[in-house]
Parts: sequence; C-alpha cells; structure tokens
Amino acid sequence: MDKRNGNKASQLCEDLCTFIRRCILSVLTVGPVPRHIAFIMDGNRRYAKNRNLEDGAGHKLGYVALMNMLKYCYELDVKYVTIYAFSIENFKRRPEEVQSTMQLIKEKIEGMLREESLFNQYGVRVYFVGNLKLLSESVKLSAEKAMEATTHNSKVVLLVCIAYTSTDEILHAVEESCREKRAEFRKGMENSESLITVTDIEKHMYMADVPNPDVIIRTSGETRLSNFLLWQSAYTLLCSPSILWPEIGFRHLVRAVLDYQRNFAYLEQKQKQS
Amino acid sequence: MTILPLHLHFSLARSPLKPHSFPHARPQVVTGPAENSVEVNGTYPGGVSGQLPSGLRRELMPSHVAVIMDGNRRWARMRGLPIGSGYEAGAQALRRIVELCCEWGIRVLTVFVFSSDNWFRPKMETDLLMELFERVLKDELQHFERENVRVSLIGDTTKLPKSLQELLANSVGTAQKNSHLHLIMAVNYSGQNDVVQACQKIAVKVKDGLIKPDDINKFLVEKELETNCTDYPHPDLLVRTSGELRISNFLLWQLAYTELYFTNSLWPDFGEDEFVEALFSFQKRQRRYGGRNS
Repeated sequence: MDKRNGNKASQLCEDLCTFIRRCILSVLTVGPVPRHIAFIMDGNRRYAKNRNLEDGAGHKLGYVALMNMLKYCYELDVKYVTIYAFSIENFKRRPEEVQSTMQLIKEKIEGMLREESLFNQYGVRVYFVGNLKLLSESVKLSAEKAMEATTHNSKVVLLVCIAYTSTDEILHAVEESCREKRAEFRKGMENSESLITVTDIEKHMYMADVPNPDVIIRTSGETRLSNFLLWQSAYTLLCSPSILWPEIGFRHLVRAVLDYQRNFAYLEQKQKQS
Repeated sequence: MTILPLHLHFSLARSPLKPHSFPHARPQVVTGPAENSVEVNGTYPGGVSGQLPSGLRRELMPSHVAVIMDGNRRWARMRGLPIGSGYEAGAQALRRIVELCCEWGIRVLTVFVFSSDNWFRPKMETDLLMELFERVLKDELQHFERENVRVSLIGDTTKLPKSLQELLANSVGTAQKNSHLHLIMAVNYSGQNDVVQACQKIAVKVKDGLIKPDDINKFLVEKELETNCTDYPHPDLLVRTSGELRISNFLLWQLAYTELYFTNSLWPDFGEDEFVEALFSFQKRQRRYGGRNS
C-alpha cells in the first residue's frame, strides 16, 4: 500500500515538474529560440571523483544528462544539437580511459538503434561528425548503422562530434577542395584568390549542411573552445556555467536561452551582414 | 544592444577632451617574493623594475594576450560624451595595458583594432575612427621605438585611407632585438579571412605541384596565417570587455585552446586592477589541451 502510494506520489511529482516545465517553455518560446545549440560536455570524470564513484560512472550519468537535455531541446523546438563527444586530442589520454570511453560510446550508439529508443520517440536524426577513420572498426560500423537507422527522423538533428577537432575539419575541407579543383589547377589559373574560396571550404566542412550554432554551452566553468567549432562560432554566444556536465538541467538551458534572447538583435544583424 | 564594437587606438593627452577620471595607471611597484621579480634589458617605462603584483606567479604568466577592446562607445554614452571621447579614453587604456605588458614580461599583445565587419558602421563614424587611428599612431610610433615595442600588423589594409596605409607600412618595424613586447594590431581583420587566405596560399602550392593534397597539415596552415610574424601565434589568454560573450570573428584558428576571459568592465575602464584580475583568473585555470591533469 505504502509502495503504491510512494509510486503515485513520485508520478505526481514528475507530472507536476513536466507541467511547470511546459509553462516555462511556452513563455520562452514567445521570444526567439536558438535554432542550433552546441554542448561541450565537460566534467563527467570530476563529478564521479567528487562523489567517489567508480570509473566510468561519471560518463554514464553524463549520458543521462545528455538525454534530458535532448528532450528539453526537443520541447523547445531547437532544430540542431551538436555535442563534443570525443576530441582527436583525447586519443592521447591513457589507453584504458580511451578504451572505456569508446566502449561506452559504442553501447550508447547501439542503444540508439533500438526501436523504442528516445531517438525514434523524439524523431532525432543522428550524424557522426569527425575524422571517423581514426575510430576502431566496430565503433565506426555502429556509428554508420545508427546514422542509417535514424535517416527517416526529421524533428531534431543531433550531431555527435567524435574524433573531431576544428583544425582537422578545416584541413580536411582544404584538402577536399584542392582535390576537387585539381582539374582546374592543371589549366593553370593565374589568380590565387580564385583557386579556393570561402564557399569551397565551407562546402567541404563536416558541418556544411548545418547552420552555425547560436549558443555553445560548456559546463564545469571552463571558458575555452578546446578546438570545437572554431570556424562556426565566430558570432556564437558562449555560455560557461560552473556546474559539471552530469549536473546540467532544465534551468541551465533556460538561462542560456534567455541570454540568447538578450543578444538576439545583434546576432540577427550579423546574419544579415554576412 | 551592442553592435560590433569599433576598436581602439592609441592616444596621448593631446586630446582636447580631458577624460573625467580614469586611472592613469602607472604600474605600481609591489614588493613581492624575490623570485617573482625579473629585470629584462634594464628598466621598463617609468623606471619600474618589473615585479609582478602580489598573487601572480611568474611561471604562470601568459606569453601571448589578445584583447577585444569593447565598450568605448557605451562608456562615452554613459557619460554624455561624444563617441570620439570614448575612443580617446580607450586609446589611453590601451597605452596602459601596453606598459603593463612590457613591465610584466608578456611577450605578445594582439589587439583587435578594427574588424572587417566594422565597415557596416556609418561612414562618418568609420572616417572618424580612421582619422583618430592615424593621428594617435603617428604620436605613438616614437614612443614605441623608445620603449622597444615591436609593432606588427595583421589584416587587409588595402581598404584603408592611403595616408593610413603608408603610415602603417612605415610603422611595422623590422624585428627588434630584445624587444620588450611584440604588439600585433589587427586592422580590418577577420579570423575566417585569415584562414581562407592561408588555405589559398596552400592551394597555390598544390597547383604548382610543390605539395600533394595529402600533405596538407596544420603546420602548413599555421605557417601561412598572418600570425606567423610571432613565435607565439596562439594567444594563451583572450580578454573581452563590456560583457559580450563571443569571439566576433577574431583569431579563430589561433584560439583553439585559448583561455577566454569576459569581463563587464568597459574598455576605457580596464586598468591595472582589471588586468590583474584577468591574469589571476588565467593562472587558476587548468589547461589540459584535450588531455588529463592526473
């Protein structure tokens, strides 16, 4: 009897929270809403260490936080969400840590492939963005399967930056542009400016089909981009709440959206000028 | 709502407008622990021996600081002054920071003087700025030579008034031995354009058969970026004043691992105390470059 009452009470609580959240969202959406939010999910390990949890527990809780943020972004009608899952520089960490992070990523990717997953429920289309050749064959294969499995989803696009750095993205774009233009090069162009233009570079960026992020949120109070979306963040609002990634919640997203709305007129003008 | 700031230049007290009060920040001599004091090539401007303010550690000082000098117009508006006064005050603030960098052993200071986006401002305002910049630059050049400050320029100067172009060409000195500070002025600069022009130069090498597309790596790009004029092309610390939280197309590639410091102070009010606070914040941070501390 007590257990049933307990379950009822927690269900009621959850329903109430959802109701309050929906009210706040409906107020927020009166103003402009970011089309694209990017997250640097910093602080999983520190969170686990602070609470004396086992290795890997921080990342698992971080994944739960990510799913919640995806849900809130979906409710807010944000169209694109980008996350910095694994940098090329992270490969320099201890092999056991790299291995365990890759294993976790693979598990979660495989979770996406299941029908009843949140991804299909919310209509999330997933892209894996980065130098995928650097991934192990099994992770790469899972990523490709997940991209294929979510092709039909169209509500939200989730870009997972894995084996990614911005400098690598730009290098890759230049390399591809040069390859593409090889035939023209052989004709002997005089003017170096027409060899490669900004349009050529942008066309070959991993993030080519996606609008630039309106907001980048980096948790754990660190205020740097760490080689994430350098090209795309020229005019992006940068938020750096001090909470660790597993602690991120709805109120932090609300705060970021309010900051975005305060800066909106400026950002709109920049878009008109470019 | 802030429109992109129009950034700043140097000024001496020839300005007809006396600023109300902002700190004439002659560097304070602070007696700190002996290991913090450094004397480089004799005395610094003002005869100060180069000791760091208390609390700052010599070994954690950034080699390269970049600054977006935002808030000059707001500063003037808040005081009911014309915009020109804001820029003049901003120039004084910059002069203070240059002196402090010299004193504290910061090797490179890059300042966002004028963004290529700023051309969208009213012509009258951009003309005023160009005139101001030219005037104060003329005044400052000898000052820099005396203080052993090496000056470089990044950005596209071809759109600037001819007289300013000539002045800038003359102001960029050849490498001075043992210069206290390398001051890099970003004039009509865009971080994206910098990357594009570097990529274009690399494309020329591919076209000429000097390199293959497979050979393109980050070192090749960095060699062609405009910041190749310094041994420290990547800022350790970027400071942006006036509370705006964005990069605004400044030094994009070079900022990959730069610590970003945003402060609500308006640029003309950014003095020694504010700079110390920024440096203190920088020194507390853990820079991991994608790795781990432990």
